[in-house]
Amino acid sequence: MARLGLIINPVAGLGGAMGRKGSDEPDIAVRASVEGRLSQSPERAARALDTFRVGCSVEVLAGPVLPPRGEVTPVGPATLLGTAADTEACVREMQGKVDLILFAGGDGTARDICAANSGGIPILGIPSGVKMHSGVFARSPERAGRLAADFLTDPLRRTEMVEVLDLDEEERRAGRLSARLYTVARTPLNRRGDRQNPKAGSSDTVGEMDGAIAAYLRAMKTETLYLLGPGATMKVLKDRLGGGSLLGVDLAEGGRITGIDLDEHTLIERVAGRKVRIVVTVVGGQGFVLGRGNQQISPAVLRAAGMPRIDVICGADKLAGLNPQELTIDTGDPALDSRLSGYWPVITGPGRSLVMRVVA
Amino acid sequence: MTASLKNYLENSNGYHAAKWSEPVVMEMTGTGRRGVVFEDAPAPKLPGKAARKNAPVLPEVTEHDALRHYLHLSQMTLGMMGVSLFGTCTMKYNPRIGERATSEHLKKLHPLQEAETLQGVLELYDNFSDFLCEVSGMDQFIFQAGGGADAAYTHACLTRAYHASRGELQQRDQIITTIQTHPCSPATANTAGFEVITLSLEENGYPSIEQLKSVVGPRTAALMVNNPDDMGIYNPDIKEWVKIVHEAGGLCFYDHANFNGVMSRLRARELGFDACMFMLHKTFGAPKGGGGPAVGAYGCAEHLVPFLPAPVVKKDGDSYVLDEDRPQSIGRVREFWGNAPQVMKAYAWARAMGAEGLREAADISVLANNYMDWRLGKTKGVSRSNPGIDAPRMEMTRHSVDQVTQDTGCTVFEISNRMTDFGIDALWLSHEPWLVPEPFTPEAGELWSKEDIDYWIDVLEHVIAEAYEDADLVKTAPHNGPIKALTSALDEPSVWATTWRAYERKHPSKIAAE
Repeated sequence: MARLGLIINPVAGLGGAMGRKGSDEPDIAVRASVEGRLSQSPERAARALDTFRVGCSVEVLAGPVLPPRGEVTPVGPATLLGTAADTEACVREMQGKVDLILFAGGDGTARDICAANSGGIPILGIPSGVKMHSGVFARSPERAGRLAADFLTDPLRRTEMVEVLDLDEEERRAGRLSARLYTVARTPLNRRGDRQNPKAGSSDTVGEMDGAIAAYLRAMKTETLYLLGPGATMKVLKDRLGGGSLLGVDLAEGGRITGIDLDEHTLIERVAGRKVRIVVTVVGGQGFVLGRGNQQISPAVLRAAGMPRIDVICGADKLAGLNPQELTIDTGDPALDSRLSGYWPVITGPGRSLVMRVVA
Repeated sequence: MTASLKNYLENSNGYHAAKWSEPVVMEMTGTGRRGVVFEDAPAPKLPGKAARKNAPVLPEVTEHDALRHYLHLSQMTLGMMGVSLFGTCTMKYNPRIGERATSEHLKKLHPLQEAETLQGVLELYDNFSDFLCEVSGMDQFIFQAGGGADAAYTHACLTRAYHASRGELQQRDQIITTIQTHPCSPATANTAGFEVITLSLEENGYPSIEQLKSVVGPRTAALMVNNPDDMGIYNPDIKEWVKIVHEAGGLCFYDHANFNGVMSRLRARELGFDACMFMLHKTFGAPKGGGGPAVGAYGCAEHLVPFLPAPVVKKDGDSYVLDEDRPQSIGRVREFWGNAPQVMKAYAWARAMGAEGLREAADISVLANNYMDWRLGKTKGVSRSNPGIDAPRMEMTRHSVDQVTQDTGCTVFEISNRMTDFGIDALWLSHEPWLVPEPFTPEAGELWSKEDIDYWIDVLEHVIAEAYEDADLVKTAPHNGPIKALTSALDEPSVWATTWRAYERKHPSKIAAE
């Protein structure tokens, strides 16, 4: 019998109303209560649960706080604070007991869940946070509930891998908006535009991407040094070249990976004097091709490589879900960003590309 | 015309589809029941091993049972004749006289007869080619392609042959299209071996000239676009587009699937296009649907005529001949001369309409759509694509019920299902990928009356009001159809069965229970 896990982060979203860029500061709950603010996440979780119950009657294990209505079985430590440790304790207790973890929170909550989700249970976000760059969020609580019910009642339980990003707090405090790619997570395959990206029905993105990557491999030139960015799509390409990192920037030449998870300085050394080509995918749900999750490919690296051609590989449905319909770069060097702006063809399938406007 | 929604709501019987508790024909069998038995029917002469040892397990039913069974099934699947505003397709009434005309004039002909015994139908082909040349400005039409996509493929093949003849095929390996062009353009270009570059939409609702210029170059083989596009927006820069592609050495193909709003208002050739395609089974009043016979009439300018599929109907003095001697031809794209009955029906429709009729139909199409657009603009929860632009909408507009979905959880699928309870055909949503969330794209054409259009919108408004009051009523629709919403069993190969043998294998307990 299928079961649903429901994680409610009671501090998610508080920072937004308080003019903060997130709710990650440890004392946020205390300060919110001083200001008399209440988190919306339990109510948003209840809304998702209402919709979920229309299509599915399975047991729901919930924690660390409970939704204001709806029948659930409590798990984990009873708490009102909702620290990362509370979230992780609940997720650990859900291992082996639930088939999907639905959570009300933001990027930080997604990260905490992934950290404790040792069994790789699929996760799905009810948008309730301040920051939601990750690809795991549904577009509304109702859609999250629906998608969860559809998933648990679907005998095939199809999933896909999406990136989990969060703003780098250290960088942010230093005054620079910088999202890091933390991990990838398994999430229900979105078939009807229920997740944040309003993707469309039945097109075979997996097959298209597979074909695109195979075609890209065939066209790779032996003398060229390829700089391969992070992300699930890039991991498939890296695996065909002998295996590389999921979250890092790797190098490939002569048909195989020759450097894994390299930092900016190593990249500068390695690209010097070489004919270079950069391959990246669109990271997260916000259309970033450079500057979010792949900061290693810095302005200095681009210059050292002689401003090489940048190939982007990304599913057409992910591009269609972007609003506005454009890609973004934010390398931290405005002059470079404006030089790179323009129209870029993005590889969407074997022998197919979609031209996207790239803006700084 | 359709009666008003008020009439419908006050009549407690409303609409209900025929619904029969119909067994599978294999379950109706009764030993010895049969239809006509021909005592002296000859047994087929088969070589020894080809003849089966045991008689096949076939249902044994009377002729009357068989008729009743299939009639019931047809009532459940084909019974509805409601209002169908099916955008991007231009669905319209198919005059019944077309059936009679083909039955009387074509049924006894065969395309392998000598051409001198086929003069009537050849004359019809030639006249219709002239008619479409007049409408499009092209120099020759052929009717071989079995549909719009087949005509697009014909163009991709002609593009290949044209560039090969100039020694440029190796260099010109890219075809450019737009994301709101029908998916058959990129698909057929790929099939013909070209790389496809798709342009994305910008603020005005179509790609900018700068975007086009960013990809046009020595590798450009062709541009394949429709206009107005799949959302009903006309790209006013199209002449400039054609010029840019021509200057780079590429060909330009105009997919006229959405011709209804511009019939007699523009000519593809005058805009500079080298070739175009009309769908006889849609715009020109011939039947479509069910994967049945269709015709993509493909026309091109003089410089592409040598590459057309053979045979081409030609006038030779007082008679018509089939010109097969075409050394540069791409060869056939379909057997014989395509679907001749469709050509005849479309020709009859076009001649009945005449130039004035086409113009009036185009204008009514645009007027009807703009009336719909105006009413839908006042409908709660409905928005239209590219809301910020003032570009005129042609014969259709893409709308969205995203607000309704966000407020009530009812998706456009469920709203569409509920509308069928009122005798409305399921909505046309959008080609993929969806750029507009929860989309729908109605197109009234010149056929539907104001009463029909009002009824359609009244039903949509009524269903949206239901979604806000009682979302479950909408989510569990249809309630008046022969079946409820499909279950996920269709995704489960261990459950569904398309043959009786598979059903027996997958559901032994059900079989045993009977």
